[in-house]
Amino acid sequence: MDQSKIRNFSIIAHIDHGKSTLADRILELTHAVSKRDMREQVLDSMDLERERGITIKAQAVRVSWKGHELNLIDTPGHVDFTYEVSRSLQACEGALLVVDAAQGIEAQTLANAYLAIENSLEIVPVINKIDLPQADPEGTALEVTHLLGGAPEHVLPISAKTGEGVEAVLDAVIEHIPAPAGDPSAPARALIFDSSYDQYRGVVAFVRVIDGTFSRRQALKAMALGTEFEPEEIGFFSPGMTPVETLSAGEVGYLVSGLKDVARLRVGDTITTVTAPASKPLPGYKDVKPMVFAGLFPTESDAYPELREALEKLKLNDAALLYEPETSQALGFGFRCGFLGLLHMEIVRERLEREFDLDLLVTAPNVAYLVKTNAGAELEVHNPSEMPPDLEEVSEPYIKATVIVPKEFVGSVMELCNDRRGRFDHLEYLSEQRVMLIYELPLGEIVLDFYDQLKSRTRGYASFDYDLSGFREGDLVRIDILVGGEPVDALSLILHRDRAYDTGRQLVEKLREEIPRQFFDVPIQAAIGARVIARETVKAKRKDVLAKCYGGDISRKRKLLEKQKKGKKRMKQVGSVEVPQEAFLAVLKLDGGKK
Amino acid sequence: MSGARHLYVHVPFCSQRCDYCDFVSLAGRRDRHTAYVEALLTELELERDLLDLELETVYLGGGTPTFLEPNALRTLLEGLPGASELTVEANPETVTPALAAALVEARVNRVSLGAQSFQPHLLELLGRRAGPDDVRRAVESLRRAGVDNISLDLLYGIPGQSRADLDADLHEALALEPEHLSCYELEAKPGTRFTRAHGAELAEQADSLEDHLERIVERLTASGYRWYETANFARIEEGRDLRSRHNLSYWYGHDYLGIGIGAVSTLGISRRRNAASLPRYLAALERGERPPRETEALDEATKLRERLMLGLRLDEPVALAGVEAVLDRGALARLSDLGLVESNGESITLSRRGRLLGGAVSAELIVWPGDLRAA
Repeated sequence: MDQSKIRNFSIIAHIDHGKSTLADRILELTHAVSKRDMREQVLDSMDLERERGITIKAQAVRVSWKGHELNLIDTPGHVDFTYEVSRSLQACEGALLVVDAAQGIEAQTLANAYLAIENSLEIVPVINKIDLPQADPEGTALEVTHLLGGAPEHVLPISAKTGEGVEAVLDAVIEHIPAPAGDPSAPARALIFDSSYDQYRGVVAFVRVIDGTFSRRQALKAMALGTEFEPEEIGFFSPGMTPVETLSAGEVGYLVSGLKDVARLRVGDTITTVTAPASKPLPGYKDVKPMVFAGLFPTESDAYPELREALEKLKLNDAALLYEPETSQALGFGFRCGFLGLLHMEIVRERLEREFDLDLLVTAPNVAYLVKTNAGAELEVHNPSEMPPDLEEVSEPYIKATVIVPKEFVGSVMELCNDRRGRFDHLEYLSEQRVMLIYELPLGEIVLDFYDQLKSRTRGYASFDYDLSGFREGDLVRIDILVGGEPVDALSLILHRDRAYDTGRQLVEKLREEIPRQFFDVPIQAAIGARVIARETVKAKRKDVLAKCYGGDISRKRKLLEKQKKGKKRMKQVGSVEVPQEAFLAVLKLDGGKK
Repeated sequence: MSGARHLYVHVPFCSQRCDYCDFVSLAGRRDRHTAYVEALLTELELERDLLDLELETVYLGGGTPTFLEPNALRTLLEGLPGASELTVEANPETVTPALAAALVEARVNRVSLGAQSFQPHLLELLGRRAGPDDVRRAVESLRRAGVDNISLDLLYGIPGQSRADLDADLHEALALEPEHLSCYELEAKPGTRFTRAHGAELAEQADSLEDHLERIVERLTASGYRWYETANFARIEEGRDLRSRHNLSYWYGHDYLGIGIGAVSTLGISRRRNAASLPRYLAALERGERPPRETEALDEATKLRERLMLGLRLDEPVALAGVEAVLDRGALARLSDLGLVESNGESITLSRRGRLLGGAVSAELIVWPGDLRAA
């Protein structure tokens, strides 16, 4: 296809602002799928995504419109996948920015829009849901142009639900989004913007060809990782897989690599040919590193092999997921897992529970720490209980956070951010009503309950997005929790010194509530090193009898005792103390906002 | 094979339903009393083969058996087989001198009185009809008629019951010199009217209620009573064993036959429960058929678990021979170290503290189905 007739674009939108519905309408209008075959929201294939209204894995669909070949590249919609989003955007020349006419622009949308602008994409703003009674298309258009420039009258009002205005969107794609400008005769180069694992065919890479031409049965190479392979098939989605002989400059498609390890074809890498390789890879490849870590333990210790198998399977499709065996004295055998962020963690956990039917205990998450010991060793710590005692210096990851709220909540958001060691950067009025706040915050202050706090303090109106901004030294200490005199590794946490006393006190209080009374007194202590900073006692129980038991209720009483012991068996043993699994999540239940 | 030597007869009727009660009971229904007694006697006739020729105990429980129409009560008592111990449960306000005389005439030799409390404000909260004086009058009437084995039921853990209230109840109960006392913790069953009304208050006073049983045990054992079962105390008397023989049969795991609505029988490896519906019960027996009921098969291990569970409620050692298969050795060692259980290799006994924690302790000591890791 002549490059001038190709348009590659993606859709940027907040969850629920209508990205998938718009994609469906486009497929319908261009006859890529018939209305009858239309499974709603074709692009989101996983159940979980469907339910959560989010998209994890990008795909690309080729459609025809008025003599042009349009490639719609789907992008993940969440902060944890910023890097994947940026690669998807790099595969495009333009993006539709979809904003809900009733909700206005959200932090996430804005972040992705700026990402698109950084990638030199042409933005076509679209106001969706104009059919809603509470829609404010004019106000929303003003907000969008205030942020991104342009004239309000160029913003396209549509209803993806009814189909109104969608044709005009396709026309605008052809008119405003530039054609690809690669060199068809240069050595072949393609960007991997996503990959997926198929049980039978191995790793499938989604690519955007920048220069030259790729054909089937040609030896190829991923330039950053050096992986060589010969694709069994090349093709494009329409929306089913459609094999072709060649993919050339400007086109979007897939390569069936036959490789069995998803980690060997990483998003962002450049594919070239072995025989006539390009001299330079495309810019922007990054090895994305997990920043959030948590222990995953099966609630029944005999389910460990199943958990390992499930993680192996998930990893096939999720190169960013990291896991290594972890043994906790309290929780037994499990895995320390690394995630890109909180949502990534939540998705992995839900998939493990739903698709693999595992019953899991997930410890409170923590971030990665860079540690220098007195002896001069440098290491990265993923687990508070592994923090060495002889610290010289600890650094923690920081983020640049964007929060958008109605102006009446600015005070409470600032208060929350200040509580969490945030550094105010700047504030901007997006409209008369809505304010954008930029803060720098330690990621460690975000991973527990920041998002919940933010939502509850703004009655759900705040939208939030972040970007990692690097590591910075901090005055951090490790708090250990001792139950019955025994340190509980799974409850150790790393905190800023200023918050250690408060949190330690709250944590032992919470644990006193969570740990049932036993046959003996159970002291619960929080300690920094050898120094106890807070203490509570779970008093021994004095009475536990079945009030009466006569001929009529022997069976019932027997079952009550059986249940009582079953309940105890689900608990974890710390020394001689039985600790319910929920107690290990105590740190998640602290009322973090209050001092 | 010899038959059961213990018979339980359930009389569901009461003058009113108490909010906290979870027995099968029906308020009023005076028009059905005669028919019910006839049905009971028919059921007894149908099951006669299951009983031994000579019974050790008969227990007439409720409901309020003494709420029965006098003629119906007389017919029932006359129709029951004789036994060395024949107990009738009674509410204090129903016990007149005439009733007491009628009971004695009908060979009743033990009466269990539902006193519950002597504090007017607590009785009112429980919705009990009898006042403290009714209890005293009832005891007086029974004594005069010649009943020399009286048991009083007391409740503890009543919403608003202070330690002083409890002490006063024990004081007043002891003043009546009963041969036997049963002390039950009020159980607030989820979903009942009582729990809706008082659940929050009970939860609030949970801590202060915790030592009630301990106080009761201390006070009664110091007053010459034997704490022979978790909730039961018998006066220690030279030459007489004042423990409830009927109830001991449950705790020793003997067979018993129960008749009446909701009544349970345990006969060897089978346990069955009559349906609780009065109309269905009456209809079946009017046709001369057995009442509708459910049967539970008790396998060997279940029988052993029950033997352990019930035996540990008593103050006597439980022999280990036979129950090893369901005894959690690890738990035994742990609980022994904590001073809750004493074992001499042949039998186990709970210490006083072990008995106060008896529910949790026996739950631990028993190996339950699927409890593989326990052993």
